[in-house]
Amino acid sequence: MMSGMKQIKHHLTEPLLMGYAAGTLPEAFNLVVATHISMCDNCRAALAEYEAVGGEVMVDVDPIDVAEDALAATMAMIESGTLTEKPAPARVKNSIFPGPLQDYVKGDLDSLKWRKVGGGVSQMILPTSKDASVRLLRIPAGTAVPDHGHRGTELTLVLQGAFVDDEDRFAAGDVEVANEDLQHTPVAEEGMDCICLAATDAPLKFSGLLPRIAQKFVRI
Amino acid sequence: MTFRKSGAKKLTAEQATKRMAWVIQVSAVRDNKDKAAFAELFGYFAPRVKSFLMKSGASPDLAEECTQEVMATLWNKAHMFDPAKASVSTWIFTIARNRKIDLLRKQKRPEPEDLPWGPEPEPDQADAMGLQQETEQLGQALAALPEEQRKLIEKAYYGELSHSEIAAETGLPLGTIKSRIRLALERLRHTMK
Repeated sequence: MMSGMKQIKHHLTEPLLMGYAAGTLPEAFNLVVATHISMCDNCRAALAEYEAVGGEVMVDVDPIDVAEDALAATMAMIESGTLTEKPAPARVKNSIFPGPLQDYVKGDLDSLKWRKVGGGVSQMILPTSKDASVRLLRIPAGTAVPDHGHRGTELTLVLQGAFVDDEDRFAAGDVEVANEDLQHTPVAEEGMDCICLAATDAPLKFSGLLPRIAQKFVRI
Repeated sequence: MTFRKSGAKKLTAEQATKRMAWVIQVSAVRDNKDKAAFAELFGYFAPRVKSFLMKSGASPDLAEECTQEVMATLWNKAHMFDPAKASVSTWIFTIARNRKIDLLRKQKRPEPEDLPWGPEPEPDQADAMGLQQETEQLGQALAALPEEQRKLIEKAYYGELSHSEIAAETGLPLGTIKSRIRLALERLRHTMK
């Protein structure tokens, strides 16, 4: 176990790490992956491996000629200084929101604009590209999220507190990767509200009628 | 004599020489703004970056523009390259990937927090050499995969497969590079304490 890290038990899957390394995931998933990696050295190392694979795939392609003046044009670009990097956004330490998440959530936990989604659960949708969606969820201690299944993939990363579902217990830093074959009822543990970052690439399927009606309004 | 003992490993060392040559070229760009070294890197990598971007869905014009920006970024960020953490091929790939997301997909790319490593010591030569060698071995192992499996991995990197289409067991020959990267991270965590 590496020093100073949380005891993370639930990690990203290989396809997600590979997709993130390749740059082919929806932005909402990238946010969950980058946030988890900020908390998990195990997955950080695994990402470096998949990036190494990407480098080898890239050098193995059949090269295609660049423009005749490409080198000169590139030198001109360098010398003109027109290619500037955006400065890294300011980030605070010791927030429950790791750096990449801070770029999407302005302010701290107390200043967030939560919207109730029923059963005491609140959410805040974060702006990303439309191919998937991501939200912060606040589940009061001891409360259950309505029983639901999944059409696509749902990633749930715990930031604070813990939840337990039919599969296992998920605490801060743990990520649950759910797909079509998982039907679950996550329950937040007693003691502390559970704050999660959850991304989906398809709407969830709720079992009860009432949550299905509510779904129309809350965009889960 | 150690001289003769190295016979069996000679091939690997020669192949690693190519990668160490890239490392030296990047250092020359960083330290001396060496245009000849940059031209060498450009000659090898630019046509590969362009090809990779076109396979990822860029038009020839966009791929050309994007490739020049990737290579200019290499020049600008040469001071950030660490040969004990990545091969030059890996590093250029990540620059190209980020540019692809920006230009082709018009999305923001959330990046993990940097580790608070602080001022880093000069990378250990043996670590750098080891990582370069292992990346070369990874490349060879990849090339030696059965055709079907290799194509699948290529498609994943070109964006022709979604994450749910990438089989959970990719069977990638990650081998020793895995343990070296982990070891490097653990060592860095340890020195941070």
